[in-house]
Amino acid sequence: MGTEVVGTEVVGAWPHCENFLQVSTQTFPLRVAKALDDPALQTALRTMSGHLRTRRAAAFESLPDADTIRDHARHAKLDTLRDLASNLETFEARVIANGGVVHWAETAADANQIVVDIARHHAVQRVAKGKSMVSEETHLNDALAAAGLSVVETDLGEYIVQLAGDRPSHIVAPIIHLSRAEVGRVMHQHLHTPLTDDPVTLGGYARERLRHVFLEADMGLTGANFGVVETGTICLVTNEGNGRMVSGLPRVHVVLMGIEKLIPTLADLDRFLKVLPRSATGQKLTAYTTLIHGPRRPDDDCGPQALHVVLIDNGRTRLMASESAEILGCIRCGACMNVCPVYTSIGGHAYGDTYPGPVGAVVTPGLRGLHEWADLPSASSLCGACRDVCPVRLDIPRMLLALRAQAAPWQAPAWLNAAMRAFAAVVTRPAAYRLANRVMRLALRRRAREGWVTHVPGPAAAWTTSRDLPAPAAKTFQELWRERSSTS
Amino acid sequence: MATVQLFHTCLINEFAPQAGMSVVRVLERLGYTVEVPDAQTCCGQPAFNAGFQDEARTAARHTIAVLEATDGPIVLPSGSCGDMVIHQYLALFHDDLHWRERAAAVAARCEEFSSFVARHHAVAATAPIDATVAYHPSCHLLRGLGIDAEPKRLIAQVPGVTRVPLAAEDECCGFGGLFAIKHADISTRMLERKIAQVIASGAQRLVSCDMGCLLHLAGGLHRRGIDITVQHLAELLDRGDGGRGDGGRGGLASL
Repeated sequence: MGTEVVGTEVVGAWPHCENFLQVSTQTFPLRVAKALDDPALQTALRTMSGHLRTRRAAAFESLPDADTIRDHARHAKLDTLRDLASNLETFEARVIANGGVVHWAETAADANQIVVDIARHHAVQRVAKGKSMVSEETHLNDALAAAGLSVVETDLGEYIVQLAGDRPSHIVAPIIHLSRAEVGRVMHQHLHTPLTDDPVTLGGYARERLRHVFLEADMGLTGANFGVVETGTICLVTNEGNGRMVSGLPRVHVVLMGIEKLIPTLADLDRFLKVLPRSATGQKLTAYTTLIHGPRRPDDDCGPQALHVVLIDNGRTRLMASESAEILGCIRCGACMNVCPVYTSIGGHAYGDTYPGPVGAVVTPGLRGLHEWADLPSASSLCGACRDVCPVRLDIPRMLLALRAQAAPWQAPAWLNAAMRAFAAVVTRPAAYRLANRVMRLALRRRAREGWVTHVPGPAAAWTTSRDLPAPAAKTFQELWRERSSTS
Repeated sequence: MATVQLFHTCLINEFAPQAGMSVVRVLERLGYTVEVPDAQTCCGQPAFNAGFQDEARTAARHTIAVLEATDGPIVLPSGSCGDMVIHQYLALFHDDLHWRERAAAVAARCEEFSSFVARHHAVAATAPIDATVAYHPSCHLLRGLGIDAEPKRLIAQVPGVTRVPLAAEDECCGFGGLFAIKHADISTRMLERKIAQVIASGAQRLVSCDMGCLLHLAGGLHRRGIDITVQHLAELLDRGDGGRGDGGRGGLASL
């Protein structure tokens, strides 16, 4: 297959990639400061998220019973998770019956080793990769490169990310942080293409190279949007057609999926396919919806000779036992990112790991540990926009609050711990509470000029870095009320 | 005459007592006798949102005890405190049947101010106000309590007032309590976006039902030298100048 194009060397079709995922070592505040100070990023985030938000809203207008479908999808997902162990076993049996091979990976390292072993077993040299967030999570590309394999991302956004040695900053739109001109520069630098910012031309450059990748790859790697328990079906939802090429052309197809990807039946799939594309890209349906039931059968004249499904835990069972278990219902549409005022201010890289935005603020501490990631749940105004748009109605603010409660004893600075102890001590004693507030009120009023405090001292000083504070009133409402009651 | 209890909230008590007096006058105009439970303190939301749930429960138990000792509807002039008492208390006491039942009984009597007022016929009009008003839907009012049409309808009922829409009105202003301090730079970026939209709307007044957002927005506008009056919905509905002699302009830091 594809032998006729081998030898017509196209520069960069199979590049040497040594600089895959670079996990940020900066602290959260530094990453945030960098993002806020990047005008190009700010413009890109504003434009793209606004665009996706408008499209999502318009797409849902064509779904009159959206609320019912969302409720159904939520219950289908959460019910499957409640009985996950037996659902996984059923799914495994169905995949095997369909002719696939199932592998179980407890950790990221296990998952990567399994894929390397599959590649060795099938004498694979070249790997074409479709979009897979779980492979970002396990840093699979690094592991494959270390094992001497060539890997090329074939999703256009991920391809640019790979060329640039960058990281995706949005789970659906991986290069939401780059402008067209920047994409042109990346291609010019790494593929020596003429400098342009015309998207069609740039897409053409990528297509020319990726065609070789599809035809020459020995193995195709994809994620899975859904795994259907009833039938052992893998469902891929894509727009560029690369998912179909990668899963259909090479002689080996490996599916990487988190164990939470299961849904009960094909009838349920129909409902998920109504809400996922609408939520993700504002489409009624994506260009390609691929259902995979196994490798090539004896009477098929195309398709991979082998299908391997790698079921990855990597922290998910631990997450399942926590107060954030509900987040495993996420179908990775990215809608919560597009509406999040924090995400659209700081972008995906600031979140520091695979999954950004509101969902990332719950998933990352859940998978990686709260101790190192406690900044994420605190970086939210709890506005609830994510909960409103979530196609499966995940209550992300509730989970952020639960994570804050776990983190508070050790994460809160000393002043906040002291303030909270003091608060609890006076809040049940109205006279003491009034007195404590009076002390603060008078201290602030002493600092006020013409009704405004322009510099708040102490731990709340950050307020007045960018805002004034209206001076507290001379008399409280309670005092005014008492005066009125005594005179009437 | 029916009696209502006013849970006046900490921010109104300390920073905007005139808004509290406006709440009282509007309720009285509707024919209610207003009572203010004297022992009320804080609903506990700042502790709850910071992850200090034990401290939040302490405040919640006190608030429940104070409110259950009263009769009639309880009006809260804040979507945020309203959401706390009406919804979050039940979460705080999810594994404590005794307090959860007491919380539910109190929650059933609670209603946010604009929602309570909007259930009545038009608020009796006094003098018209010639003003262009933008409404900021606070997140906890809009999404927590699902209240949006009510305050907008009330604004439209004020004679002389033109309400202008805010672009992306449902986007958070960046207050979020401690968030505004702990993540001041992100909060500020959100505030700046909101301010740009307020300016673009051409509004002379910015009205909301939450004093937290209003303090944040007023402080942001003042720091940038932008002269837009920021006030609680109750102040707009009250319209009387409350003896301040400012023609009902009111608002924060017009003390």
